[in-house]
Amino acid sequence: MKKQKQKDKRGKRLSDLTIHFMPFSEIAGKDTIDRIKKIMGLVLDNKIIILQGRLKPDEKVRLIENSMTLIGNIAGFQGIEIAAISSENENKSLFNKIRYNIARILVGEQDAITIIGPASVVKDIIRDPKKVELMLQRK
Amino acid sequence: MLRRIRNFTQRVFSSLFKKRGEIKLGFYGSPNTGKTSLANKICQDFLGEDLGIVSNMPHETRKIQIKEKVILERNGKKIEFKLIDTPGIATKVDFEDFLKYGLNKKEAQLRAKEATQGIIESIKWLDDVDAVIVLIDATMNPYSQVNITIIGNLVARKIPVLIAANKVDLKKADVKKVQGAFPEYTVVGISAKSGENMDVFYEELFKLVKRTI
Repeated sequence: MKKQKQKDKRGKRLSDLTIHFMPFSEIAGKDTIDRIKKIMGLVLDNKIIILQGRLKPDEKVRLIENSMTLIGNIAGFQGIEIAAISSENENKSLFNKIRYNIARILVGEQDAITIIGPASVVKDIIRDPKKVELMLQRK
Repeated sequence: MLRRIRNFTQRVFSSLFKKRGEIKLGFYGSPNTGKTSLANKICQDFLGEDLGIVSNMPHETRKIQIKEKVILERNGKKIEFKLIDTPGIATKVDFEDFLKYGLNKKEAQLRAKEATQGIIESIKWLDDVDAVIVLIDATMNPYSQVNITIIGNLVARKIPVLIAANKVDLKKADVKKVQGAFPEYTVVGISAKSGENMDVFYEELFKLVKRTI
């Protein structure tokens, strides 16, 4: 009986953690409001999003603003954790930099990865220049 | 789109009618990086009074604090500032974090609510500043998304930025790490508490605001 309970508890814990891989095409055609709606919908479902590409600075700030309005209004919601990593810090020749910037203008910043998760699930995202460590909450 | 048009119009009008020499200088950063301490240090150096209350508890500043007519003088040049001390920006606020500082549940919940409103207010003020000092705690990992988001937004709005790597009086402080994280910006290691390196800070501040006048 005790073992069964422990098994159920473990199963519940695992089902609580969902990672949603989001290709950039899923938000490419959307404006800032719709992108944020889409992301917040998944975050409020307690999902961790791994987004191909990165959000614009203005979108990130709107995402924070949106999260702040929800804290206190949605039970258990404490905000978000977010981090992005890309190859932009690597040394590139002038030619490659120009090529990279043209590609960015044409197809957006798809060479980056952005991780977004609810703060109730993701305790911390530690970012160093070349790696991201995701620390999960132990409930 | 409408917001951008409104901001652009406000910027054009404010730049046309802005009193020459008055610089709206914002202090931005994560909670507990020393924004109020630095604003207080500047006010003490040039006015002889403080701007706000400083505490170890995060989100002590939960409302925008403004000090007008702060005249900084350097090498015979005077510049008038309006100092805007903003609440620390964070991506999450959990009232339980405040319980560790001795607040009861009700007080902690109220503080958390005020903190979230303060963050929204800080973000709104990004459209109304002429230059910004971004405070980074030099003892912490500088690659936080808050720092990257604030700086990214200021660059997108073409607002001049100076990074102050604060708390150099502490052993753990690593100004080089902050410089490494933001190589395209001027980073000055300071201690708002002890006043260390404030001379260099004022020099860089004057260089920064020259771009806005």
